[in-house]
Amino acid sequence: MSILINRRSRVLVQGITGHEGSFHTQQMYAYGTNIVAGVTPGKGGEWVLDGKVPVFDSVKIAAEATGADVSVIFVPARFAPDAIFEAADAGIQLIFCITEGIPIQDMMRVRRYLDQKQVRLVGPNCPGALTPGECKVGIIPGNIALPGNVGVVSRSGTLTYEVLYALKLKGIGVSTCVGIGGDPIQGTDFIDVLSLFEADPYTEAIVLIGEIGGNNEERAAEYISRHVTKPVVGFIAGRSAPPGKRMGHAGAIIEGRAGTAEHKINALEAAGVRIAEHPEQVAELIEPYLGK
Amino acid sequence: MNLHEYQSKQIFARFGIPIPRGKVALNSTEAKHIAEELGGKVVIKAQVLVGGRGKAGGIRLARSPEEAEELATFILGMDIKGLPVRKILVDEAVNIERELYVGITNDRNARCPVMMASAEGGVDIEEIARRSPEKIVKVYIDPLIGLRDYQSRDIAVAIDLPREYWKTFMSIAEGLWRVYTTHDATLVEINPLVITADKRMLALDGKMSVDDNALFRHPDLVEMRDLDVEAPAEVEARKYGLSYIKLDGEIGCMVNGAGLAMATMDIIKLHGGEPANFLDIGGGAGADKVAAALRIILSDSRVKVVLINIFGGITRCDEVARGILGALSEVRPQVPMVVRLVGTNAEEGRKMLADAHMITAETLVEAARKAVAVSKGELGYEHLD
Repeated sequence: MSILINRRSRVLVQGITGHEGSFHTQQMYAYGTNIVAGVTPGKGGEWVLDGKVPVFDSVKIAAEATGADVSVIFVPARFAPDAIFEAADAGIQLIFCITEGIPIQDMMRVRRYLDQKQVRLVGPNCPGALTPGECKVGIIPGNIALPGNVGVVSRSGTLTYEVLYALKLKGIGVSTCVGIGGDPIQGTDFIDVLSLFEADPYTEAIVLIGEIGGNNEERAAEYISRHVTKPVVGFIAGRSAPPGKRMGHAGAIIEGRAGTAEHKINALEAAGVRIAEHPEQVAELIEPYLGK
Repeated sequence: MNLHEYQSKQIFARFGIPIPRGKVALNSTEAKHIAEELGGKVVIKAQVLVGGRGKAGGIRLARSPEEAEELATFILGMDIKGLPVRKILVDEAVNIERELYVGITNDRNARCPVMMASAEGGVDIEEIARRSPEKIVKVYIDPLIGLRDYQSRDIAVAIDLPREYWKTFMSIAEGLWRVYTTHDATLVEINPLVITADKRMLALDGKMSVDDNALFRHPDLVEMRDLDVEAPAEVEARKYGLSYIKLDGEIGCMVNGAGLAMATMDIIKLHGGEPANFLDIGGGAGADKVAAALRIILSDSRVKVVLINIFGGITRCDEVARGILGALSEVRPQVPMVVRLVGTNAEEGRKMLADAHMITAETLVEAARKAVAVSKGELGYEHLD
């Protein structure tokens, strides 16, 4: 089973006719995701995926016509904040923003607005989520994960794929994998996802994949020590990263003495989290916790 | 992207923040003329994008235009922390009565901007934060509402500013807030904000950092970028949309995805090697981008081996292989390559590279071990079948 998304999710794609949007809509559809609508302003009335998915001019019209309850955003960074506002105002309560490179001040305004509306945003700059065997929203390759009982939450994209693949090679399945993204201002953080996994009866153990920058991992460690009863295995990227340099992700930077991998690893280990030395080792560490 | 002091202060002035009279000079003759215009006594300030200019001798007081000329010659010949001084700011010298600090930055945890102020200006704010955090006043600003007057007034009270300066301070705080929002800054800072002997408030120094992701809507700021602070390979990488950071090791890395790129560097280190760089080719990179990435990695003469780790998702491994082959025919590298391709079209990619004399690996651990072995001369082409 799963958190956030499942086979009943009715998914709407914002930017469905764009380069990224159309490619990943095909991939999501092929995986079995229930794609009910797409939005591209100015292309309302068209159909995509061989006439299977209708395109609308606005999220509001699309949601009213199709009952969409999840949106995934593939529009370019300069238009993405508007797309998030639009989805929230149209009553969509779960929004995944895949787009990378949104200005941080835009995201601060978006996040503030969404907090007042009780809307959940995942991302931006994230790979989305995957509930193996049921639904994929975003860009995580579906074939690298098996259905199962490990919840995976991560700040990274391809690093997560590496871990999913390592789990699959050991025959270990995943309840849901959620990529929360590598930006400094996120819609959903580790704690939000940890609390969902803790409450999900089908998740037996949790994998947390973090990286340098900010203190999301440290706060997660504090939350784990107080509220998480399920075993957690972690991996933190960036032990070899130099301070003061942004390592690709907007949020991955060691500033002053804060945000180092070492600090995060110490905090998580103190909270009882077992830390893998490399991504492939995550599968070895989690295996003993799983009832067969 | 960071702006120079003179650039920041020029922007501040446009938003009503008082700054000392002054001009930028490129040579000592110009510096002398500016000093004459300003009435003799001036401060010569090196314009380089590093902290600690003062300690390094890059900020000096000149009592006459002749002394200004002399000091300008000296400072323009300096290297500060490896950066050449190409410009100096010649500012009027003022008599300082008090030094304060005020700045705005993004607070990641509070997810909103925070205005910080201190009655102790003129020193590194991080130093104050470490030594006596209670001396820093913080006010969180609602990004949807903006800075309110009462918040600036609260700060003025908290840093013991005499009442006669409240109005000026509030207008400076408001100006700073407008600079921050209209320029998509991640940091705006006046340090020190001074009260002069003749009762004026002046932004004596200024600092601004701008969000790189927002530069698309600030073409004027893009033109202000100082390329001296970046390694030439980093500038080249940005042209291709690659994220590249040069490091000191011998193992060049080409990876898709920032997290995986960091993890690849980490595992190299774990096995006793030293990464030469961080390089993320991004998602869905085509052959051109891959070829550019390889050229950039190989432009570092210390690189003894290149580790290519691609986990295909949006990125297709056959496309990466095409890029590698393209670059190989062009640069003819003398260094061995260790390649690991997994995921989308990995099989096709591997087939394309089969005749290219590369060391292959199935897992990340195996790839790292092999790359480290090559960098230490323990493994070479002779070990290939």
